[in-house]
Amino acid sequence: MTGYVIRRILWLIPVLWAVATLTFFLMHAVPGGPFTQDKRLPPQIVEALNRRYNLDQPLWKQYLLYLWNLLHFDLGLSFRGDRDVSQLIRDGFFVTAQLGILGFIAAATVGLTLGVLSALNQNGLFDYLGVFFATVGASLPSFVMAAFLTIIFAIDLGWFHILGWGGPIQLSQTLDPGAWDLKKIVLPVIAVSTLPAAYIARVTRASMLEVLSQDYIRTAHAKGLSQRVVIVRHAVKNAMIPVLTVMGPLAATLVTGSFIIEQAFSIPGVGRAFVDAVIARDYAMIMGSTLFYAAIIVFANLAVDILYATVDPRIRYR
Amino acid sequence: MQELESEAERLEWELPGRERGLWSDAFRLFIRNRLAMAALVLLLVVAALAVSSQFTHLVSRYDPYSQNYQHVQEGPSSPHFFGTDNLGRDNWSRVLTGVEISLQIGIGTQIIVLVVGMSIGVAAALGGRASDNAMMRVTDVFYAFPDLLLIILVRAVLSGHSWPVVSEPRLQIMLAIAIVNWTTIARLVRGQMLSLAQRDYVLAARALGASNWRIVTRHMLPNTLGPIIVAFTFGIPFAIFAEAALGFIGFGLPPPTASLGRLVGDGYAYIQVNPWSVAFPAGAIAILMLCFTFLGDGLRDALDPRQR
Repeated sequence: MTGYVIRRILWLIPVLWAVATLTFFLMHAVPGGPFTQDKRLPPQIVEALNRRYNLDQPLWKQYLLYLWNLLHFDLGLSFRGDRDVSQLIRDGFFVTAQLGILGFIAAATVGLTLGVLSALNQNGLFDYLGVFFATVGASLPSFVMAAFLTIIFAIDLGWFHILGWGGPIQLSQTLDPGAWDLKKIVLPVIAVSTLPAAYIARVTRASMLEVLSQDYIRTAHAKGLSQRVVIVRHAVKNAMIPVLTVMGPLAATLVTGSFIIEQAFSIPGVGRAFVDAVIARDYAMIMGSTLFYAAIIVFANLAVDILYATVDPRIRYR
Repeated sequence: MQELESEAERLEWELPGRERGLWSDAFRLFIRNRLAMAALVLLLVVAALAVSSQFTHLVSRYDPYSQNYQHVQEGPSSPHFFGTDNLGRDNWSRVLTGVEISLQIGIGTQIIVLVVGMSIGVAAALGGRASDNAMMRVTDVFYAFPDLLLIILVRAVLSGHSWPVVSEPRLQIMLAIAIVNWTTIARLVRGQMLSLAQRDYVLAARALGASNWRIVTRHMLPNTLGPIIVAFTFGIPFAIFAEAALGFIGFGLPPPTASLGRLVGDGYAYIQVNPWSVAFPAGAIAILMLCFTFLGDGLRDALDPRQR
């Protein structure tokens, strides 16, 4: 097991390196540089700017320099405002993480509850509603969801507010109750969590049905355990194992989902920063946010795989 | 008893060609799936409306790009079924155009994905250990890459240069989505090929002296077809989603073009004034994706032999 974990972690290095390399050359293949837009700058200034950000070097030198800095966890400087990219990402991530964590909690709660209840009520009315939600929710894009939520609940009914993020923007504000505006948090969280919730509900239902037909459930009933104990301790616990495996890919979905939701609701997170960076050819920021997202995805997958092996003793990694 | 059997044999004999293969079985199952059939009919109707609007204004009634400042930001009415946008363009005709673009990009992308993914998957499975490992490592990297980020980057690269063939923006978008999406089919085909290669009938074909090419094209590929058709159908809503998301963020087809994602994105700026110009294109995206998902579900139920 330890050997497996170490090998998996070591494997992350070439994967992230490949992502960095691919992004680096792709973004330099995007025509136009960061200073060729808007108004024309005097050539001396452009030259000085290029020197400041090492853009006067040949591409391969810039690439090696970037990798070297990356090894020291230095993500470089953003062209806009000359700020440290890791600082910018940290600021954005503080907001994105709130959205992601709240979205994940909502998705897991709703998805698990719906899935378990659907399975217990197989082919009943509630089951049909659950399956309907799982199917429709899984095929609605988050921004379509966001559009309908906004129209119905923010504009027509006026229950919730939109535009901007309702949580704290900086770490220091976390404990300040004035920084929290729950009315602004609800809609983005629902929009970002619908798809994962639907997905979890579907997997949970299938897995519960599978487990409920097993012999050990009949044994548990036969030895006189109450329905509640059988369901909670024997069925749900075992049914969680397949659900766990989809959590990794779901983290990825949540990441890409939050990226669009940040656009839809004007939330100042990492996703918005990436879109702005591509438009402005802000190389360091593009690299930083892509690597950051990729790191989240690979670590989420790794964590799930390790958790999987810990939870299910039948699984042996070599 | 014996009489019955001979009777059955006689009947069978009298009706030649009635034996039911996988495909006719699957077809019957598919036809009986009400949800999938409803989705198919709805899709055909929507597609017919959308495609017809490209040739005649009989259905669309207005030009999707002509502006009319007398009628700006209107709600649904009998002259303008879906209302008008901020420049007084008719939303009904714009949504129809958007649907046509979405269908074209959804299906076109999957055709590219199918060709590329299948070739790479077959090559990886049959090319030996090294090529197989190489493909798996490459797909690992693609899985680590956040989908939309890569699509946006590739789109930005493709759009800025003047390319010999791929200067058409729609083709560029299809390519950008396909570059992210090919891994699914490639992995699927590889897995199928590897498991099929161990089957007895492949061994039998080899023992009979069939060439590798013949075994692959006549015996193995047809047997991977079921899962591939399902993956193809499920890939279409992904491509439609990706195109719409690109348009929504502003990396889609260039401005006057009425793609559904751009309609939603443009309408968003005026959502407080005129929610209709967001609701209709958003609803169109939802209907397209739902229909293809139901279709895919129906095909999977029909084509997956394990279900029977």
